[in-house]
Amino acid sequence: MNIQDIRSYFPILHQEVNGNPLVYLDSAATSQKPVKVIEALDEYYREYNSNVHRGVHTLGTRATDGYEGAREKVRKFINAKHIQEIIFTRGTTTSLNTVAASYARANLKEGDEIVITYMEHHSNIIPWQQVAKSTGATLKYIPLQEDGTISLEDVRNTVSTNTKIVSVMQVSNVLGVINPIKEITKIAHENGAIMVVDGAQSTPHMNVDVQDLDCDFFALSGHKMCGPTGIGVLYGKKELLENMEPVEFGGEMIDFVDLYDSTWKELPWKFEGGTPIIAGAIGLGAAIDFLEEIGLDNIQAHEHKLAAYALNKMNEVEGMTIYGPKDASKKAGVVTFNIADVHPHDVATVLDAEGIAVRAGHHCAQPLMKWLKASATARASFYLYNSEDEIDKLVEGLVKTKEYFSDVF
Amino acid sequence: MSFNNLDTLYRQVIMDHYKKPRNKGVLEDDSLTINMNNPTCGDRIQLSLKVEDGKVVDAKFEGEGCSISMSSASMMTQAIKGQNIEDALKLSKIFSDMMQGKDYDEDLDLGDIEALQGVSKFPARIKCATLAWKAMEKGLNDGDKQ
Repeated sequence: MNIQDIRSYFPILHQEVNGNPLVYLDSAATSQKPVKVIEALDEYYREYNSNVHRGVHTLGTRATDGYEGAREKVRKFINAKHIQEIIFTRGTTTSLNTVAASYARANLKEGDEIVITYMEHHSNIIPWQQVAKSTGATLKYIPLQEDGTISLEDVRNTVSTNTKIVSVMQVSNVLGVINPIKEITKIAHENGAIMVVDGAQSTPHMNVDVQDLDCDFFALSGHKMCGPTGIGVLYGKKELLENMEPVEFGGEMIDFVDLYDSTWKELPWKFEGGTPIIAGAIGLGAAIDFLEEIGLDNIQAHEHKLAAYALNKMNEVEGMTIYGPKDASKKAGVVTFNIADVHPHDVATVLDAEGIAVRAGHHCAQPLMKWLKASATARASFYLYNSEDEIDKLVEGLVKTKEYFSDVF
Repeated sequence: MSFNNLDTLYRQVIMDHYKKPRNKGVLEDDSLTINMNNPTCGDRIQLSLKVEDGKVVDAKFEGEGCSISMSSASMMTQAIKGQNIEDALKLSKIFSDMMQGKDYDEDLDLGDIEALQGVSKFPARIKCATLAWKAMEKGLNDGDKQ
């Protein structure tokens, strides 16, 4: 993987921010877009913008082919068995909410349990809180180990035969922890529960095979994997999706409409009410082509290398607190930290003056922040276009931050 | 921008308030308590105000946050103590204008608060500076209705 070649595909990276070359270390929030994705969107709007599944005309056919072609790319990308199992949504949040609003509300009752973990993103917490409130089910949390990982023993101790849904993120957006989804799925199934996976932070960085994981639902977001914002995917096993009611009703998802009753289209369209996210899906398809051309294995290896390099360099800075596993082999390319007594907001502002973009705050994971006993943290996250040189700049910036604040104190 | 430009944000008087916050704590008894947070970043403040005969006789704050939010809270409590409600709210309006880069009466002596003027050049940090002021406004407006 030649980093200079890869960087050349991302036009946004070649600019100065506050008088310094941009160092973008916030890909866990959203990734940058390669020129192929930008061109795919541009081409759609310039050459064949049209609604799908309706027109007899040429542009309509081309748009439908583009949209449905993207669905097949997603199917192959996560190795789903059937194309009907791929539903386009607005993103991971909508995908998880669809499972909660449709499957969970229809199937859960008082006494049932939903099991999640302390490290979840708000999008994999709140939908389940709402389901618990409306059905009388109980929400339970799998605790974390000292280093932020999950032990299978704790999974076994939390999941019971009353558990109907287990929902876990594959990769943590804060700790970078990679969770043993396949093993957790097995435990969920042994107890008669279904397994839901939040794949927002895994699909950009590693090969995912939903059949191998054997999970029942899998959610992902396009914008974190080089695709456009506003497009995501819900994968669900066909037999489950077939028995679920749609969440949104209207055009596009119907079969016959009568005055007082209607019937739904078959899968996957019954879950795609309204004009779908056509450009977004086509852009996501282009992003998948791009990632596959480079190879997810190569991307993951590159990020492991960066994470190891960053952990090493950052640990050398006095006053640095790094959250999550210290062993880079257990981590995706995310390093969450605090430096000395400087508030992460102030860290992010000082780094921004150097052209370095990092995230500061609670990272949409307030229960995890409580567990870490930190009100806020700073986070640097890496992707295929980042280099060791940029990590050096981050570390230099952090040393300067510390010095700057020790001067004024 | 360079590190020198950061000095327009992190003025010495701001750092002084951050390091040695004035009016830190909680007021007892019949004071107004206002809790407010900034959900995007996790900053939070608990403001207690003691109002007697239309006058803010005491103000204290507790909270967690960055240098800008905590120093602003410290300066705000300092500025409104002893003011009547109307003047405190007027000051809040002036502060809000200052943050948005709008014109305000520059002849006014705002004391330490003037140091926060540089925040208006850092759009991402304006919410940090206004948190405590919004809590104060809420407390005085709601308290007034009681």
